[in-house]
Parts: sequence; C-alpha cells; structure tokens
Amino acid sequence: MCGNEALAEAAIIAGVDAYFGYPITPQNEITAYMSKRMPEEGRVFVQSESELAAINMVFGASATGKRTMTTSSSPGISLMQEGISYLSGAELPAVVVNVMRGGPGLGNIAPSQGDYFQATRGGGHGDYRTITLGPSSVQELADCMSLAFDLADQYRMTVVVLADGFLGQMMEPVVLDKKPRRKLPPKDWALTGAEGREQNIVRSLWLGEGVLEELNYKLQAKYEQVQKNEVICEEYEVDDAEIVVVAYGIAARIVRSAVNKAREEGIKAGWIRPITLWPFPTKQINRAAEELRIFLTVEMSCGQMVEDVKLAVAGKAPVLFYGRAGGSVPSVDEVLERIRQLTIPANKQKVKSKK
Amino acid sequence: MTSNDFYEEVIIAGFGGQGIILAGKALAQTAMKAGKEVTHMPSYGAEVRGGTSNCMVVIADEPIASPLVSQPNSVIVMNKASLNKFAGRIKSGGLLVMNSSLIDNKPELANTIEVLAVPADDIAAELGNPKAANMVALGAYLQKRQIFSPDAAAESLPDVLAKRYHKTLPVNTEALRRGGQFAKK
Repeated sequence: MCGNEALAEAAIIAGVDAYFGYPITPQNEITAYMSKRMPEEGRVFVQSESELAAINMVFGASATGKRTMTTSSSPGISLMQEGISYLSGAELPAVVVNVMRGGPGLGNIAPSQGDYFQATRGGGHGDYRTITLGPSSVQELADCMSLAFDLADQYRMTVVVLADGFLGQMMEPVVLDKKPRRKLPPKDWALTGAEGREQNIVRSLWLGEGVLEELNYKLQAKYEQVQKNEVICEEYEVDDAEIVVVAYGIAARIVRSAVNKAREEGIKAGWIRPITLWPFPTKQINRAAEELRIFLTVEMSCGQMVEDVKLAVAGKAPVLFYGRAGGSVPSVDEVLERIRQLTIPANKQKVKSKK
Repeated sequence: MTSNDFYEEVIIAGFGGQGIILAGKALAQTAMKAGKEVTHMPSYGAEVRGGTSNCMVVIADEPIASPLVSQPNSVIVMNKASLNKFAGRIKSGGLLVMNSSLIDNKPELANTIEVLAVPADDIAAELGNPKAANMVALGAYLQKRQIFSPDAAAESLPDVLAKRYHKTLPVNTEALRRGGQFAKK
C-alpha cells in the first residue's frame, strides 16, 4: 500500500467517524480511498468545496463529540489555519494530515519538509500549539493515526500528522491492526442534545474581562502536560558518536543509510530521530549534547527544525545544517559527504572554535 | 546491515503509458510475497501519457533505510530519454535492461556493466498486446538477475492490477515468460 492509502485505512481502523477533504496532490489517494471506504463503513465522507469548508466541517463534527479528520498538502493546510486556531480556542479534538509539498506559494508537488514551523508553532493566530507527529515509514505513518486520535481526544487538541509527498506516494509492506485505545476522558462537553442536562457551549470567542487570559493559562498548563508526557524519539549509536545527525520523517531514512555507511568507514556517527516534533525531544537532545560533539541537522527545507535542535543543545556543542529545498531530496551520498567533512580533525577543530 | 546481505536497488523508467509504475509494483509485490523487505517509490504528479515516468524499487533482507536510489544495481529503460537519464547511474557490475524496440543506439557504458537488449515492444506485439512490453522487460530482468522467477511475478499480478484489467492476466503472464526466455538465450 502507498502511504496515503495506509494512513486512510489506519484512520478507519482508529474509528474516524467523519472525513472531510478537498483534493490536492500529493495526497489525492487519501480522499479517493476515503470516498470508497467511509460509505462502506456507514460513516461520513464529504468532498468539500474548499479547504476552508473542510476544516470548518471538522469543527462542526468534532463539536458533536465524533472522531473527525481532514487531510491536505501545504497550500491547502495554509488555508485551514484559521479553522485550526478556532479548534484550539474551542478546545476541540481534531486530526489534520499534511502531506507536505514544495513551497512557498503554490510551489510544486514534490516532497518537502518546509511546513515544520507552521505545524510546530501552531500556524494560525493566537497562543496555541498543535501536537505534531513526524513518521518516517509507511508502517509508522499508519501506526501514528490511532495515536493521533487518542492524543486529540485526551488533550482536546489538534494533532497534525506531518508527512511528505515521498511518504504519501511510497509503497512499503504494512501491517494494519487495531490498537487498544487509551483510557480517554468522557466527552461530556460535546453537543449531543441538552435534554435532561445543562446546555453545553462550544466556542472560541471569549469577550468577558480576564476570561480569555484564564483560557490561555489553562491551554498552557495542558501544553506543559503534553510536553512532559508525550515526547517520542528514537536514537541510534549515540553513545560513542563524535557526530550526531538529527532528522525526522523521510529525511531520517536517508540519514540512517548515510550513518550506516559512515560507520562502515569507521566514522563514529549516530542519529537522533524526533517522532513527536511538538513536543520536541529537547531533553533527549540536550542529554546527548553533554559531551563535546558535533550536531548535524538534515532537513528537506532551508533549516527549520535546526532551530529547535539549537535550543535543545543550548550552546553545548556546534549545530550545523544541511538541507535541500523546494521539493528536492538530499541523497545518501550528499549527507555522507557532510559527515565525512565534519569529522576530519582539522575541520572539526574549525567548527568547534567558531561555536 | 552487513555487506553479505542481499540488497538490490532498481530503477524502472520510460514514458507515461508504458506501464512503468505497474512493472515496479509487480516487482515490489513479488518481493514482498517472497518475504523480502521492499520499498517502491513512484515519480508522481505530472506523469501523463507521453510524459516521463519512473520508479525506484529497493529489495533487501534487512529493513531498508533510504528508499531513495541514486546508484542502482539494475536499470530497466523502456525508451531513449530514460536510457540517457539513468544508464550512467548504474553501479559497477550492474545490469542494464533496455527496450531495443524503441532504443536503436548502443549506450556508452563502463564494460563492467552488463547490457541486455530486449525487443520488448516487438515481443509484446507478437503476443497480440503491445501494452505488455513492460512485462516482457520485467521478465527478462528477473531471469537475468535470478532473484525471483518470471512465474513468481505473474502470481503477484492479480494483486497489483486493477480488477477491470484482470482479463489481461494471461497475456501479461505470457509476456513475463517470453521476456524470461529471451534473457536465457
């Protein structure tokens, strides 16, 4: 199965009640798959008239307590930002999949990681965050759908699954199985008809004096809990590494090959792969930065996650960057060459003195 | 990954409509059924009939890190433009399978690279379905590489071919076999 189809089926297994979407390459297989499978399951599929409509349909469905999602690619996700901000203000759970393509603007349709800032900083207006997952294989993409719905319901937040055109189009063997749901709080805030109980109100407009400030502090406290409890990251051969390469998503697969080759050449290289991009594995990276090492961040962008890596390393070690932009994908050899150059003793000295 | 493990990187390329992606999917599906690790990455988007199309397939014993292929072990090219684009990337000791029905020039390659020229379109036309040229080339590749048999690929075809095309299963199966027989010669 290709990544797009795998994540769609995984969402169905995770119990998505309603899907709303508007076509855009490179994620059309999701909408096509959902248009067939959701009616078969007796669930809701709507191809909306625009991305704005899709995200606001998600708002409506979520307000009734149903599991709901939308999917798009970069330009379409930009159009949805107002809705995501409203979802956050109203504390409604939602899952948004972004199969990233090259930008800015309409850009192109090639794979990219240029929306990291948008996803991990909130993206719309106001003080809010979205939980952001960055899977790196078709299997992980599928697996993170049930996690995304659980996290959304548990924290009443938007969860962004940040994939890219490569991951969406790529085919790999995948095992789709039903995972047990987390123990989730009841959705006693949902609009289910007020017969026999107090009326529930879902809104993101808070005009009373001090009310919005109070909501913001409540949101921040929730975000702190997420940062404390939900970080996931993977690391490899970091213990003795003189260079640690940090990458997520499909770029991390390329890095893995490059690091394997570097190890075969006798270079002490390792990697750290954030799976949750927000909350970011700040502690894990900071811990790895205790000894004097070089960090290299590899992205399919002009350098976005590298800022989080620098914050995590906190000046303890040099943090360098290598990336390709506008829909280009770095090759294994390009990354390997960077690793080789940075581990030549003379260059290493130069990099460290510049720190 | 140790260097003893099986690791095959393939690029299949041609123009849109030649069944490039289908040939890649058939190869990937065959590998998966044989219990191998596999990735398949198609070029996507603006690929319409007549445009260019290619896909990268990686088959291995161990989990595959990068699905991106820059230096393939094997390249299957179905037209001249693809030959020019991809043949130069083949690893030393690698294999080039080319559709000699549409490629008349002999590629200038290092002599460590084995070249198998298969008149895929002509063989497919003999079988009565010119569209099966992709399967002729795939069959020839499989026979040459000896990883899986053309018959194993034929068994995986029903999984990757849309149901409405299942009536073409016999001719595609025959095309795989004929490609294999050609490569044996």
